[in-house]
Amino acid sequence: MGYPHPIHPKETPVLSTYFGDPDARSYQGWVARGGYQALRQTLGMTPEAIVDEVKASGLRGRGGAGFPTGLKWSFMPKDGTRPHYLCCNADESEPGTFKDREIMRWTPHALIEGCAIASLAIRAETCVIFIRGEYTEPYRIMEDAVAEAYAEGVVGANAMGSGKRIEILLHRGAGAYICGEETALMNAVEGKRGNPRIKPPFPAVAGLFGLPTTINNVETLAAVPHIITRGAAWYAGLSLSNPKSTGTKLISVCGHVQRPGTYEITMGLPMQELIFDLCGGMKPGRTLKAVIPGGSSVPIMTPDEVAACATDYEGIAAQGSLLGSGGMIVMDDTTDMVYQIMRLARFYAHESCAQCTNCREGTAWTTKILERILRGEGKPSDLDLLLDLADNMTGKTICVLSDSCATPVVSGIAKFRGEFEAYLSGARTPIAVGA
Amino acid sequence: MSAGHDAPPYVPVFQGETKARLEALAERYPTRQALLLPALWMVQEAHGWVPPEGIAEIAEQLGLTPATVRGVVSFYTMYHTHPVGRHFIQVCTTSPCNMCGAEDVVRALLEHSGCGEVGATSPDGRFTVIEVECLGACAFVTPLLIDDDFIESVTPESVPALLARYS
Repeated sequence: MGYPHPIHPKETPVLSTYFGDPDARSYQGWVARGGYQALRQTLGMTPEAIVDEVKASGLRGRGGAGFPTGLKWSFMPKDGTRPHYLCCNADESEPGTFKDREIMRWTPHALIEGCAIASLAIRAETCVIFIRGEYTEPYRIMEDAVAEAYAEGVVGANAMGSGKRIEILLHRGAGAYICGEETALMNAVEGKRGNPRIKPPFPAVAGLFGLPTTINNVETLAAVPHIITRGAAWYAGLSLSNPKSTGTKLISVCGHVQRPGTYEITMGLPMQELIFDLCGGMKPGRTLKAVIPGGSSVPIMTPDEVAACATDYEGIAAQGSLLGSGGMIVMDDTTDMVYQIMRLARFYAHESCAQCTNCREGTAWTTKILERILRGEGKPSDLDLLLDLADNMTGKTICVLSDSCATPVVSGIAKFRGEFEAYLSGARTPIAVGA
Repeated sequence: MSAGHDAPPYVPVFQGETKARLEALAERYPTRQALLLPALWMVQEAHGWVPPEGIAEIAEQLGLTPATVRGVVSFYTMYHTHPVGRHFIQVCTTSPCNMCGAEDVVRALLEHSGCGEVGATSPDGRFTVIEVECLGACAFVTPLLIDDDFIESVTPESVPALLARYS
């Protein structure tokens, strides 16, 4: 298994404090490191008080959308008699993103504790943790940790002797990126094809099994115990640039940096420092060409945009892209942008659930057109055609998979048009790809 | 490995301990259909793939139509709808890995496993190699799964020794 790097002085380890420490995995080890104090504390709190504390912390969803977590929790019914569910989205599949994997494999009890606290906050007795099928190692580690948590009475029919029931269920996926979309995930748990559902109704009204449901990302839930024990004010104070972006963020950096890995930064750290100081920059003799900062679904950034960018929700938005999941793909000057954008389009074409025409056809045709450009068989009108397709793939479908395919194409053509034109004019040697 | 006339008769999966596992799960979900993904994993664990008889058995166990079960099987890429080699290799070739040499690893795997091409099973029935989309280990290029073993940082050079561990 890949062993995490030593903590860099510019990191702010909170969630990642015990990454690389195998002793933190066991129940005893976790308790010895202060684990489950937050759950004990929240068992004596009202759901409203827990929600208020998380609201005050400024915590926002770490899965990609950045929606305020406490506000999301507050949408759940307060007086209903129907059971509530919590779903934990551990279907981490966005290319470039591998941070939740580290949380599950090193600190499984942090996630269980976060799930238990969130369950209390939304009045749910059952939390389903949906883990992507390919994450065999994190699944095994989580399985052991959940069994331990039950054996120790931390969760179950009488969590920590409180009389409150908190059930934790692990549900294994079976290979489908789209199941990271919240309603597709719920369909998968229900034993159905992972097609996203039309919203409304939103999950807080009719989610898993048609019952009120909140769904949160692994990293979001793992941050909650820290907010409870150290206080909302402490968390809200972790902010280097914009007060709307608080706390720490795990950024998984991959591609052409010297030290790829998962880094935990205070929100707002300059992106330049992240890439060049923490990750060691490019290999000798190479220069930075492009960064996809938030998983493959967000617009591609140029080196100038990176140099001006604070790594938080607002800072990256100001440079025309998105923080997303915090999965950062760094590309140096050896990268063939056309080829890699084709490879991303192929990813989305493969992962489209195919229920919306614009997505099913759009992702497939985007891929085919990019492949023919690479083969040297492109037409001068192909770039306009790609942009027209992208327009028809944006905001036209049930979920945003289609938009996610269009995004790198549009930003790629806008920022690296010359590379596309070089294939079209024959100035660049064709590559044998596709049919 | 074919499912032709010489294939051994199908041995039902949901009896004894596996049936008990299924029913223990049933107590934790409000519907039996929710057991579908776990039940498919159990069949694949037992048979190495999900044969038509397994689909029929699950349909009966969960009170679903075989068509519903088939629809779900075909949606998820990790369920095999035909027999595969004894060891199933899934290599990530999505952009982050692709940029860092994943296609060279695929070529080395195809050569040293004897599979020849992606999706084919080696003549000795030992391996099947497929390319898959992002495995979520992009800092550890190239990651792959051999059966349930998640292996990181595979290079073309490390492939022969790696394959030797799987008989």
